[in-house]
Amino acid sequence: MNFAELELLRATAKESIKLRLGEEPSDNFKYHVLVCGGTGCLSIGCQNTLDAFQKAVDSHGLQDSVKVVVTGCMGTCEMGPVITVFPEGYYYCRVQPEDAEEIVSSHLKNGKFVERLCYHAADGSVQARKSDMTFFKKQKRNALRNCGLISQTSLEEYIAMDGYKALAKVLQGMSPQQVVDEVKKSGLRGRGGAGFPTGVKWQFVLDQQADQKYIVCNGDEGDPGAFMDRSVLEDDPYSVIEAMTIGGYAVGASKGFAYIRLEYPRAIDHYNKALCRAREVGLLGNNILGTDFSFDIEIRVGAGAFVCGEETALLASIEGRRGEPRPRPPFPAVSGLFAKPTVINNVESWANICPIIINGGDWYASMGTEKSKGTKVFTLAGKITNTGLVEIPLGLTLREMVEDIGGGVPDGKAFKAAQTGGPSGGCIPAAYLDTPIDYENLAALGSIVGSGGMIIVDEGTCMVDLAKFYLGFTQDESCGKCTPCRIGTKRMLEILERITKGLGKEGDLELLVELANSIKASALCGLGQTAPNPILSTLRYFKDEFEAHIKDKNCPAGVCKMPRKGLKS
Amino acid sequence: MGAECKCNCDQEKKLDALFAQYKGNSNGLIVVMAAIQEVHGYLPKDFLVKTAEELGVPLSDVYGVATFYAAFSLRPRGRHCVNLCLGTACYVKGAPDVQTILEQEMGIKAGNTTEDRRFSLDLVRCLGACGIAPVLTVNGEVYPRMTAEKVNEILAKYE
Repeated sequence: MNFAELELLRATAKESIKLRLGEEPSDNFKYHVLVCGGTGCLSIGCQNTLDAFQKAVDSHGLQDSVKVVVTGCMGTCEMGPVITVFPEGYYYCRVQPEDAEEIVSSHLKNGKFVERLCYHAADGSVQARKSDMTFFKKQKRNALRNCGLISQTSLEEYIAMDGYKALAKVLQGMSPQQVVDEVKKSGLRGRGGAGFPTGVKWQFVLDQQADQKYIVCNGDEGDPGAFMDRSVLEDDPYSVIEAMTIGGYAVGASKGFAYIRLEYPRAIDHYNKALCRAREVGLLGNNILGTDFSFDIEIRVGAGAFVCGEETALLASIEGRRGEPRPRPPFPAVSGLFAKPTVINNVESWANICPIIINGGDWYASMGTEKSKGTKVFTLAGKITNTGLVEIPLGLTLREMVEDIGGGVPDGKAFKAAQTGGPSGGCIPAAYLDTPIDYENLAALGSIVGSGGMIIVDEGTCMVDLAKFYLGFTQDESCGKCTPCRIGTKRMLEILERITKGLGKEGDLELLVELANSIKASALCGLGQTAPNPILSTLRYFKDEFEAHIKDKNCPAGVCKMPRKGLKS
Repeated sequence: MGAECKCNCDQEKKLDALFAQYKGNSNGLIVVMAAIQEVHGYLPKDFLVKTAEELGVPLSDVYGVATFYAAFSLRPRGRHCVNLCLGTACYVKGAPDVQTILEQEMGIKAGNTTEDRRFSLDLVRCLGACGIAPVLTVNGEVYPRMTAEKVNEILAKYE
C-alpha cells in the first residue's frame, strides 16, 4: 500500500461509517446497531443478545437497512450487554435476547425508541442518548477514541477514523526530531504510572548512537482494578501498532516488542490479528507505505508476574529471564533491551500518540491542567453505580468523577474514600472530594494517579483490611531480589494481619511507619518503593480505624473478625 | 470439516519448530516454556531438560525461570482450572467469601489441585473485568457477579 492507496481506502471506508459520525451516508443503511463485545459484556451474554438481534433484523426483512456491528468496550461495564443505535446514538442497557424483538420492531421499524431499556439516572430521569448521559458528558476521549465505535479488528474502520493518517503525515514530511518535538510539546506523561514525560524519553533514545534500537510497548497491566490497557489492546489494536511505528521512525528503531500479559488472551489475539493484517497490506514490515522506512513488531506474552510491569524487569522477561528489576542508571533509553537504547511506553501512552501527531502537541496540551496535560483514562470500580472505563481531561474534580460520571455510591450508602493508583497508591477521603484530579494534587494528598485504577469504597469497607489487601498483593508479587521489599513488606503484612485479628498492640503503628519509610527509601524498584503507600495513606486519613482495631478490638466497618469482647487473646 | 486428529501431534510439531527456532538462543526460554505448558498443561521434567539442552541454558536457570512465573506449573494440573479474581474491585465486593466456599467444597487450599485432579483452584490478580466483580473463571469461561451461593451450581457443571 502506498500513500495514494491509503487515502483511497480511507475515502471508501469513511462512507460506510458516516452514519455513526452524524453525517449523511451514501449507502442504504438507515441504522447502525453497535453491540458491545468488550470483555465485561461478553461475559454477561452479549453473544446471545447479538444472535437474537441478528435474527430479529432478518425476520423483519431489515438486513439491507440495518447494519449490526460488534465493537469494543463502550465503557459502561456495569450496564452490559450494551447496545448503541446510530445515527441518534440511543443507548440501551442490560439488553437481553428477548428485548431484541422490541427494539427492532419499535425503534428500527417504527422509529420509536424503547424507553424502558435506556439509562435511568438515580433521580429517575431518562437519559436516552449517549449525548444525554452524564456518564459521557464530562469525558473527553483520546486514548479511547475508537473504543466502542468501530469493529475491533477492522483495519478499514480504523482507517476510516483517521487511522494511519498520523503515520502518513510523519513519513511524508516530518523529521524524527520534529516528531519528538511534537510529543514533547504535548506534555504527555507516561500513563503507566510513573508519569515521566514521553517526549523527553524519546529524545534520549533519538540522541543515542547505536546500530540497533528498540521500541517496547508495556502491556503488562497488573494493577488490580485497572483495565484500560486491555481495552485499548482489544478494541483498538491498530492505534498502538501505528503509534509504535511512529515511535520507531522518531528514534531510529526498526524493531518493536509488545509485551502483553497472559491474563488478557483476547488482547493478545486481537493485537496479533491486527499485526498480521498490517503486515499484509504493507503498513508494517519492509518499506512501509512505499518509503525507505521499515519496522516490525513481535508479541511477547507475559507469564504471570506483576513485577514485570516495572520496565527493567519487563525487558529481562522479553530476553527470556526471570523478571527481576535491576538498578537504574543505566536507564533503558541508554541500555535497554539486549543492552540497546530502548523506548518503553505504556499502552495508553502509545494510544495518545496518533491524535497528538495529527492535531499537534499544542492541541493536546490545551487539555488538562498546567502541569498535567491532556486526558487520562480511569477505571471506575468498586462501590459505585456506574462502573467502567472513563477518560477525562486532567483537572476534573473527584466529586465530578464520583457523582456525575459515576452516578454516586449505590444502595444509599455514604462515600468513604477513593483508592487511586492501586497497590502503589493511596486513598482520598470524602473531605477532599473537590480536589481536581491531576498528578500534582494526588501526590500532595499522598496518593498517585498511577495507572488509573480508581476504586470507590463506602462505609461498609474496612480501610485497615483494604490496606492489608494491597500489602498482601505487593508482598505476594515481590520478586525477592532486594531485602527491603522481600522481608520488609512481609513484616508489615504480619503486623497488619495481627491488627485485623484483634491482636494489635501499642507501638504497632509507629513500627509500621518506621518500616514503611525504610522500605520506601531503600527498595530497588518502584514495586518496593511504593508498596508502603497504601498503609501510609490510610494511616494519614483513617488512623482512628487502626486505633479502634488495636485499642478497642473493634472493626468499625464490621469486616474484620475480632475476638469476642472480654476475651483476652 | 475433516476428521480431527485426536493426538497432540500438531502441537508437538509446533514445539519442535520452536526448539529449532531458538536453538542455542536463551532469549526464547519463556516462549518455549509457555508452549510446553500449553501443550501439556504443565512443565514435565523431561521437557525442562530438553529445553535446557536445546537452548543451551543451564538447567538451574530453566528451573529458576519456571518457578519465578505464576503461569508455569511443575505439577500436573486439574482437568478444570478454576480461577477466582482477587483484584481490588472483586475483593471489596465479596470475593473472599467466595474463596472460602470454593476451598471448602473442593477440600483444598487455593493454589492446589484436588486429589482426583478434577479441579485446580487458583487466585488471580485482576482479570480486568472489574465492572462485573466478583469474577470467577472456569477453563476461561467467565462467571460474573459471583456469590458464595452460586459456587456449587457452577462447579457441578464440570465433571
